Amino acid sequence: MRQRMKMPERLPNERNKDFLQVNIGYTRKQMLEEAKRCLQCKKPFCVEGCPVEINIPKFIKELSDDNPAQAIKIIKQKNNLPAVCGRVCPQESQCEKYCILSRKGESVGIGNLERYSADWAAANAQKKTSPSDINKNGIKIAIIGSGPAGLTAAGDLANMGYEVTVFESLHDIGGVLRYGIPEFRLPLDVLEIEIGNLKSMGIEFILNTLVGRTKTVKELFEEDFKSIFIGTGAGLPVFLGIEGENLNHIYSANEFLVRVNLMRAFDFPNYDTPVYKGKNIVIIGGGNTAMDSARTALRLGASSVKLVYRRTENEMPARKEERLHAQEEGIEFITLTNPVKFIGDEKGFVKAVECIKMELGEPDESGRRRPKKVEGSNFGIEADMAILALGLNPNPVLPSLTEGLNTDSHGYLIIDDNYMTSIPGVFAGGDIVGGDTVIQAMGMGKQAAKRINEYLKNLHPTNN
Amino acid sequence: MFKIILKEELGQNVKSFFIEAADTARNAKAGQFVILRINDKGERIPLTIADTDAQKGLVRIIFQETGKTTYELGTLKEGGYIKDFVGPLGQPTEIENYGNVVAVAGGVGTAEVLPVIKSLRNAGNKVTAVVGARNKDLIILEKELREICDELLFATDDGSYGTKGFVTDILKNIIDKESVNIVYAIGPVPMMMAVANLTKEKNIKTLVSLNPIMVDGTGMCGACRVTVDGKTKFACVEGPEFDAHKVNWTELISRLSLFRDLEKVSLDNYKNNSECKCGRE
Ligand SMILES: Cc1cc2nc3c(=O)[nH]c(=O)nc-3n(C[C@H](O)[C@H](O)[C@H](O)COP(=O)(O)OP(=O)(O)OC[C@H]3O[C@@H](n4cnc5c(N)ncnc54)[C@H](O)[C@@H]3O)c2cc1C
Ligand SMILES: Cc1cc2nc3c(=O)[nH]c(=O)nc-3n(C[C@H](O)[C@H](O)[C@H](O)COP(=O)(O)OP(=O)(O)OC[C@H]3O[C@@H](n4cnc5c(N)ncnc54)[C@H](O)[C@@H]3O)c2cc1C
Ligand code: SF4
Ligand code: FES
Repeated sequence: MRQRMKMPERLPNERNKDFLQVNIGYTRKQMLEEAKRCLQCKKPFCVEGCPVEINIPKFIKELSDDNPAQAIKIIKQKNNLPAVCGRVCPQESQCEKYCILSRKGESVGIGNLERYSADWAAANAQKKTSPSDINKNGIKIAIIGSGPAGLTAAGDLANMGYEVTVFESLHDIGGVLRYGIPEFRLPLDVLEIEIGNLKSMGIEFILNTLVGRTKTVKELFEEDFKSIFIGTGAGLPVFLGIEGENLNHIYSANEFLVRVNLMRAFDFPNYDTPVYKGKNIVIIGGGNTAMDSARTALRLGASSVKLVYRRTENEMPARKEERLHAQEEGIEFITLTNPVKFIGDEKGFVKAVECIKMELGEPDESGRRRPKKVEGSNFGIEADMAILALGLNPNPVLPSLTEGLNTDSHGYLIIDDNYMTSIPGVFAGGDIVGGDTVIQAMGMGKQAAKRINEYLKNLHPTNN
Repeated sequence: MFKIILKEELGQNVKSFFIEAADTARNAKAGQFVILRINDKGERIPLTIADTDAQKGLVRIIFQETGKTTYELGTLKEGGYIKDFVGPLGQPTEIENYGNVVAVAGGVGTAEVLPVIKSLRNAGNKVTAVVGARNKDLIILEKELREICDELLFATDDGSYGTKGFVTDILKNIIDKESVNIVYAIGPVPMMMAVANLTKEKNIKTLVSLNPIMVDGTGMCGACRVTVDGKTKFACVEGPEFDAHKVNWTELISRLSLFRDLEKVSLDNYKNNSECKCGRE
């Protein structure tokens, strides 16, 4: 079997100093070679692993015939944000995991091929859908939150002819795609192109609107929105609740990434928002958020970045590619270790993190072995900055301000089989109902769009 | 874009804007704030909603020029625009009929206390306002205050107006003489802390409106965290008002100093580049 075509990437020592893309993308030749590896299975397992059910063999076939224009059309039937997914989806645990080739060797580089198709489309300016291409039905739908869940639902509903308005609390569109995932993984112009496509379909974006406060769900119905989709994400950072956690220069990953990505603090004072640029930095956590924070901190000029994680590298939730990239760039992983307290100087600035060694015990509910403290193994790591990347809880603002909108005990919105919340006509998807990747959010956005359409058709059968 | 409908200078370095923001105006309650960003390169800063005109869709903000963003804001003109303006944010003040209320304000806190006093009065309270400033020239909004308070007392550091001394001196007199049901304080942190210490002795319930550094103002970043009663709270969604006797003041003071050096870089940079449009130096 031929080996998988490696994604070309920039050298670690060059890329860890700037925010330009790490992965460069296949050349045409590389793309053709990789696309030809696909066996065109009659029963393609890869598709079963794709949350939005892209017809993978079919788009790859078009690529292998050197026909990216056709390939992107096939992808776009299922996925409005292919340039994003081709970059950030955890393919190794989705489509590529099920690819038949992975049983004997390396799966087809499905994600890399998806990215190729999307980038080709951007470079070759495909004709955009314009509002006049769509048969408008005049029915208004509101989308709350402009992350991948909201954007996907918006795109699909607009395609069906609905008048879609997206409300976003921040001053810019994209959710985590903009404020969380750094540009070296997902460049802004890629995101802007995707958003531009949605705008050209006639979708309206209203920023600076925290639904619940600026406008309520009830008011949206009064403004004649017939159905509402909630995609407000998981935006509540988790803290450890340990001593010294609120010392100066201890950030949540969200604050750090928002300052750098959304507010462009790396370019301070040209941009007004500051961020502290630490020298010796400790990151706590092992997910994508931790990797992104660590690599961003390095790019701001840190001399040492240590990532502290309580289990082993095998259990880290971050994508394998990101873990490898982080290590190549010089991030040191300190595994089986957990912080117990932060130590500050007399002015309240962090100067060290006291940690304890851990060992793995019996598996817990998640199936992963539960880490246990090794008593007496405490040790200190010097640090002038720490970033907590311990995960995110569902954003409670909207549910807490909306009467009748039910959540479970963890704060996730409860939805039924039709993606509908406890309020009739109000649907939800993405991290706010318990998703945790971009593609899951998109998958739920798609499903919800379908159900919203069915719901409205049933309400107004005459409109059919 | 959000239009500046009316601009006023209330005093030295203190300005007031009425801004067109109908949704915010309609839903705002006393104690809430907005976050604004002047332009594409700007920082997001929180400012209290000092007043609203729901009919005309206007929100009033009153701010003191302290750093780059507030100075730049001060240079904007009537008819001009602010790029981003989101609100109302935060929990509204819990308005009840407490009975006898003392509202203590310092500096630009005077603006922030106005809507609270109005609501408290509407709920049937007797409100005494105690306002502090360094000197007479720094007192703002006296006329508005006179209209809405049952009683109004001033303290200046140099005695140029009202009593010479601190607001806490006046407050002490009041609580020694009469029974006060609740104290509401808003202003510089040292002032709020001093009020808290004073009322704690007498066990008088005291609310303060905290002003930690914020970024998003929607509970997403944790920048605004304060320790209250030993627990971490996000001031932007769980506050900004808290029980003054339970706030960890040392931590708040320390966290407010976070970016002091960088903020100075920013302001100096701005003043040098703007050829002193800010009208001082
Ligand atoms: C740093 C980081 C890196 C990640 N890396 C990856 C990765 O490599 N691959 C991957 O698949 N996943 C990754 N994820 C996870 C992925 O980003 C999320 O699962 C996904 O973004 C969830 O999408 P969403 O649409 O549900 O919500 P979000 O992307 O969180 O968007 C929600 C939006 O709603 C807005 N909002 C919230 N409340 C309101 C309100 N009341 N009114 C109006 N607007 C509101 C928010 O401002 C936000 O813009 C990462 C996450 C982070 C934080
Ligand atoms: C909920 C809330 C409501 C507020 N309401 C008002 C208001 O109605 N009117 C008003 O004038 N100000 C108000 N503030 C304070 C205001 O947000 C700050 O003055 C502003 O962010 C300063 O920005 P800057 O860029 O001009 O100054 P910076 O350059 O950021 O700072 C200049 C100086 O101000 C201090 N500072 C920075 N941020 C704050 C802050 N959040 N609170 C106090 N001091 C700070 C800094 O330590 C520094 O010394 C409020 C703050 C909060 C959190
Ligand atoms: S499973 Fe692998 S080889 Fe088979 S069609 Fe899918 S990508 Fe091609
Ligand atoms: S300002 Fe970000 S959580 Fe409060």
